[in-house]
Formats: sequence, C-alpha cells, structure tokens
Amino acid sequence: METQSGDPISIEFPRRRRGQLSPPDEYASLREQPGPVRSALPGGSTVWLVARHDDVRAVLTDPRISASPLHEGFPTIGRNGTVPPPDQIPGWFVAYDPPEHTRFRKALIPEFTVRRVAELRPAVQRVVDACIDDMLNAGTTADLVSAFALPVPSLIICELLGVPRTDRELFESRTRVLVTLTSTDDERESATQDLLLYISKLITMKQRFPGRDLTSRLLSAGVLTPKEISGVALLLLIAGHETTANNIALGVVMLLLNRQWIGTPGVVEEVLRYLSVADRVALRVAVEDVEIGGQVIKAGEGIVPLGAAANHDHATFERADEFDPSRSARHHVAFGYGVHQCLGQNLVRIEMEAVFTSLFRRIPTLQLDSAVEDLPFKHDGILFGLHALPVRW
Amino acid sequence: MRVNVNAQHCVGAGQCVLIAPEVFDQSDEGTVMVLVETLDDSALTVAREAVIACPSRSISLTEN
Repeated sequence: METQSGDPISIEFPRRRRGQLSPPDEYASLREQPGPVRSALPGGSTVWLVARHDDVRAVLTDPRISASPLHEGFPTIGRNGTVPPPDQIPGWFVAYDPPEHTRFRKALIPEFTVRRVAELRPAVQRVVDACIDDMLNAGTTADLVSAFALPVPSLIICELLGVPRTDRELFESRTRVLVTLTSTDDERESATQDLLLYISKLITMKQRFPGRDLTSRLLSAGVLTPKEISGVALLLLIAGHETTANNIALGVVMLLLNRQWIGTPGVVEEVLRYLSVADRVALRVAVEDVEIGGQVIKAGEGIVPLGAAANHDHATFERADEFDPSRSARHHVAFGYGVHQCLGQNLVRIEMEAVFTSLFRRIPTLQLDSAVEDLPFKHDGILFGLHALPVRW
Repeated sequence: MRVNVNAQHCVGAGQCVLIAPEVFDQSDEGTVMVLVETLDDSALTVAREAVIACPSRSISLTEN
C-alpha cells in the first residue's frame, strides 16, 4: 500500500468481506497507516478512509465535519450510494448538521429513552414469539431472513409508527432497492416516489384518525411540521427495519458458529461490535480544514469513517478479531458516535436480546442448512447482511 | 470525584443510563440527569465508562 506522501491509493472501495463475518482483510493495513488514508473511489472521486477507533470518533464529533450531502465533496459510494437525496425530503435529519439537526433530535429523544424503550419489551416479545410460532408451524426448515430476521424489526417499527402491518411488503421492497448499490437511478427514483407517496398517505390518515403511535404523537405535539414528520417517519421506517434485520440474521450465524456463547450476557453488544453492519454508512465531508490523526483534511474533502475497522482496532479492544461476549465492548461505534448516534439503538438492543434468547430457547436444535461460505451475503449493499439464511431444526 | 453533565449538549442516547443507572437517568425530555453527584469507588468505575461512551461528550468528572 502507498504511504501518505504518495498519490492517493487506488483501492477498490467498498471492500468485500470475503464470505466471512469479520471486516474486510484490508482494514487491518488501513489501521496501520499513520493516519487517514487517501483513497480513489470508482467513478473518480477521492475520500479519506478513517480506520482507527480514536480517529473515527474524532471525525464523528468534530463540528468542522458535516453530515450533509449538500456540501461539495460529500462522498458517494457506488452509483448513488445514499438513500433518498435529502433535499427531496424535509425531515431527513440524518443528513442535517446542528442546529437544524438538534431540533429534530430533541423532538424525538423522549420517544426513545431507556425507560420508554423498556416499556416496549412485552410488544417486542409478542412479535418474536409469533414469528417463532409461525416458523415452527410451517415445518422444520426456514429462510431465517424472511421468516424472522426481517419481520421482527419490521413489525415492531410498524407498531411504533402506526403503520399497518399489511403495508410491510411495500416499504420493505422499496427499501431493498434503496440500500442496494446496484439499483439503477430509475429504480431508485421510483422506489423513493413510492415511499414518499405512501408516507404522505400515512400522515394524512394519522391527521384524520390519530392513533396511539409515535407518528400521531409527533403530529399532535406540533413541534415538527407534517412535511418534516413524513421525512422523520420514512427515516425511522427504513432505519428501523433494515439494519436490525441484518444484525439479527448475521448474529444468529455468529451464535450458531459459536454455540458456547448462546444465552450468555454480553452477546448483543459483542455481535454489534464484531459485525459492524453499518460500517460505511456514516459518510462525512470537511467544511473547514481539520486535522484528524495527524493528517490535515481540507475543506471540501470527503471522509468515510469505517465503523468495522474502528470496532476491530487492537489499540482499543484486546484480541479485537475474536468473538468474545465476555469482554467489555461498550465503547464500540456500531451505532456510530457524535450527535447522530443511532436514535433507536436502545430499541435495537431490546429486540436483539429478545431474539437471541427466545430463538435458541424455543428451537434448541436450530442449525445452518448451508455452508457459511455459500450464504448469500449482501455484498451489493450499503449495509452488510444476508439476503437469505437457510436453517433447519 | 464529582460528576458534571451538560444537558444542553446531551443528545439523549441514554448510554450513561445503561452503563451506570445508579448515577444517571434521563429526564422526560430525554436528556441526562445526575442522581448522585459525589461518587464512591464502584460508581466511579461505571461513571468513567459512561464518560467514554457518551456520544456527545456531555459528561465529565472533576475532583470534589
């Protein structure tokens, strides 16, 4: 690999995880470089890859580094690597900086406190139990993604937002298009329009017939406008099911390969750290010159903090490449860091706890029905995950 | 040691509450509240973890 003083390293990016669950092999050498590494993306733009835990956290907390794609130099991965362009969607607050971002964050955090999320445990357990019931009633084999990993978070976010369960197929399928790097621009445009239309109908319905759900509460609170609430609802809908489904599916594989850890504490946190499915989701751009890890990044230069690289940093986590739920993994960045750290993270933890406890307790003979190398990993996605997970019991 | 928080800065992630529920809580607005300002040894250990985990760096520890 070239050193800092040379030309940008031309590495094919994003890197594949070659059929294994740990991060791409190349991340280790990225961490060994003195600081962020200049990289040429396919398509010609260049970005700084940030691999070390301390540097990733510095990027995600520096006010001179923006989350907004409207700034020149914001990275694009693949043809059009982000979900809907933010200027299309008022309320898409993951792409805002303070102070605009702060307004949305403050309006939403009361819904996602530790206490509020804990109140959802019974509802989460009901959904988990029902999905397991259906799997058991259908036979002794299943695709764990479509039968479990996807419906569980999807049904929960439906309940939370007041989205009818019957609409699941619509938003799941359109989301799939948006998070797949190989979708064409037309497909992406069409999926975005479908989702925007769907959400605006949902908002209208909740305005006329308020329910006991987050969407209705946001509307009646009147802090955010209905248009902003549609962007928020769409973001929560997408973020609330896609990433968690990937964590569940891959987490089940991890535990099937490491059965001694089933039912032990620390599993959820270590699965999150080890897998880091949202590795390269937190794209950024410098809006002023800023020094990160001894390297000056100039205004207008794009930055890709690599969460999976940071979470496997040996300087931060002992034996970082080992799956060890007995370690203290609390300071991982699987949910990001800084003001944009995942709003729903505590709900995700509750979902994953329920999933890993109930699934293995009720189906103790659960096993993979495929070799790990043959599993259909999402190499073509913004998020790491599985398209399908054949299992039997 | 004393624990200090900046509730204005807080983004409501709740990691402090998960790590050190005896020291931190969340207000109805979702922002951090300190339950015990002066920390004994065991509280100090978890409070230190909370300082590191806090995504907005809104927690600090100072001498009494």
